[in-house]
Amino acid sequence: MSFINYASREINCKIVYYGPGLCGKTTNLQYIYNKTADGAKGKMISLATETERTLFFDFLPLELGEIRGFKTRFHLYTVPGQVFYDASRKLILRGVDGVVFVADSQEERMDANVESLDNLRYNLEEQGYDLDKLPYVVQYNKRDLAEIVAVDELQRELNPTAVPDFEACAVTGEGVFETLKAVAKLVLVDLKKGR
Amino acid sequence: MPNPQLVMYDEEYRLVTALCEKLLREANARVIFLVDKNGQLIAGVGETERFDTTSLASLTAGNIAATGGLAKLIGEKEFSILFHEGEKDNLHISIVAGRVILVVLFDNRSSLGLVRLRVKKASEELAALFNGLMKKAEEKEKSGNPEFPFAEITDEDIDNLFR
Repeated sequence: MSFINYASREINCKIVYYGPGLCGKTTNLQYIYNKTADGAKGKMISLATETERTLFFDFLPLELGEIRGFKTRFHLYTVPGQVFYDASRKLILRGVDGVVFVADSQEERMDANVESLDNLRYNLEEQGYDLDKLPYVVQYNKRDLAEIVAVDELQRELNPTAVPDFEACAVTGEGVFETLKAVAKLVLVDLKKGR
Repeated sequence: MPNPQLVMYDEEYRLVTALCEKLLREANARVIFLVDKNGQLIAGVGETERFDTTSLASLTAGNIAATGGLAKLIGEKEFSILFHEGEKDNLHISIVAGRVILVVLFDNRSSLGLVRLRVKKASEELAALFNGLMKKAEEKEKSGNPEFPFAEITDEDIDNLFR
């Protein structure tokens, strides 16, 4: 859950990037880190293996600016995508305010996408959250590659509830900020509704 | 939801900071942090400017979460104290009131025994304060909170953040 500090006039929110292994979650955060002004970002932390696979999480704090005199901070996290890191994924979902599901558009990764999305829903439920009630967006990554699944079909398989969706190429940054803005906006609107 | 939203008000913030400063002196520590279990920094006293407090908060929460996972695997509820020993500096990490993490960074001017003793006493006082804070936040939420800054937020306010 978000943390509201009236003493220092700050609001902190937590956004988690979820998705199958190698879908580009860490790449999303790296792009955001590289393109954000120094004053608006903190240090990016990656707890990764020697082969640069995420072991526990990546973390990137962002400061977006002020709303009504309150500093608005977003803490972005990724989960490790590989199937056997499920225990770690559950931990990172604790206290989440918004979720980005990053799907890998390649045909051969379709099963992995479906499995990861089921896993997301299951892990959220285990912690008392309902994905359909959380601020949530979907990103179809790797649109630049050959042999990718059409967006219509991705929508049918991965986004039956029609939450906001974005086509992206995280390596070049296409769609990365659009995705972040959309989920951040949903989180803020949710905060407003929550009162 | 598993945890209610954490809200900190001016009055409690002053009390929390005062308790942390007292612990800092009594334990002869370098820095003391209070971190939410979700990784948000609540307060910090001592030589805070020398550390990346945001990263420290996030990693501490990750550490507590991972250790908590380990505890459950062997049938424990949680490990309430963690201690990391370095060459010069050490970290004493403990859980207060079930949801707040107290981090004490100390060097050879103090000792683990002293830190443990002082933390135990301070934890009780902090726990009482945080339990009161939870109740206050719940009551305010029930009665509708007029101070809540996001109640009248407009789409324009949100869009302005992304200009």
